[in-house]
Amino acid sequence: MTLRTAEETAARELLRENFILTSLETVLGWARSNSLWPLTSGLACCAIEMMSAAAGRFDLARFGYEVFRPSPRQADLLITAGTLTWKMAPVLKRLYEQMPEPKWVIAMGSCASTGGPFADSYSVVPGVDYVIPVDVYVPGCPPRPEALIDGILQLKAKIAKPQLTRGVVRYGR
Amino acid sequence: MAVNIEPVLVRYLVGLFPSLAAADRAGDGLTVVTAPPEEIYAVLKTLRHEEPFSMDTLGDLTAVDYPDRLEVVYHLYSAACGHKLAVKTSVAKGAAALPTVTGLWPAAEFAERETYDLLGVTFTGHPNLTRILLPEGFEGHPLRKDYSLPPRPATR
Ligand code: SF4
Repeated sequence: MTLRTAEETAARELLRENFILTSLETVLGWARSNSLWPLTSGLACCAIEMMSAAAGRFDLARFGYEVFRPSPRQADLLITAGTLTWKMAPVLKRLYEQMPEPKWVIAMGSCASTGGPFADSYSVVPGVDYVIPVDVYVPGCPPRPEALIDGILQLKAKIAKPQLTRGVVRYGR
Repeated sequence: MAVNIEPVLVRYLVGLFPSLAAADRAGDGLTVVTAPPEEIYAVLKTLRHEEPFSMDTLGDLTAVDYPDRLEVVYHLYSAACGHKLAVKTSVAKGAAALPTVTGLWPAAEFAERETYDLLGVTFTGHPNLTRILLPEGFEGHPLRKDYSLPPRPATR
């Protein structure tokens, strides 16, 4: 055992207190998962709950997700809140493609997840995953704002620790 | 008390076009005139431009699918005088075509496109008779009773 000088001990103490060692991936995951910028993309009635989640009572801003962007160029989260029709599908797909990588999609409500009450209709897409890949499905008709917030927090966990879902979640083929 | 002028107007209209059938549906608050398809344009033109009708507003234009025919309905109002009428005509399902009324009421343009889109009535002379609510390339006219839903696309 070597004896350290008082100076050396102090220097080691300083190092331990002031440096954090981690991987770049972890830092990026941490940063991305805490600052999602959703695209303003209300398609039908679910959008009212999405707006409510962002407003004062439910206050999505607590988590850092309140910066709803009107342009896909500035957004990295697409919350498909509502019913997607075949007429609208190419537009939504283009918006998704215009978002810069990395980007994520939440299917909010039964309509976005499976077509909801309109699944067997001539005009409604039976789930937005026919058109774009989905990361998190939030069930409900409409889901309450708490459910949407929970969905975003699930997504947060998925972004921060992608290994959690590796092999479990299938992206759109 | 408001004077109910519509029956008087309809009596006058039937005088001009003897082939019309008028049914007074005052109970619904709406007077209905039924015209044969050959005469519908002349009737609507008279209602639009002639005194005392001056029906300057097309409230709605749609169609109904009955087992043996398609019935096209025009809801007309006179903003100037306050009276209203519904005019109906029937066309055969196989050859559902009528002259356009976009020249009489420009508002008919979208309504006729919608009626074409959902019920398959062709309006001859329409400036742009394409689908309006459904995507281009859609097959069939889904508000027809004989429309059957295609199977769900399998790709996901
Ligand atoms: S899931 Fe329900 S509330 Fe949401 S868009 Fe569909 S019908 Fe509206």
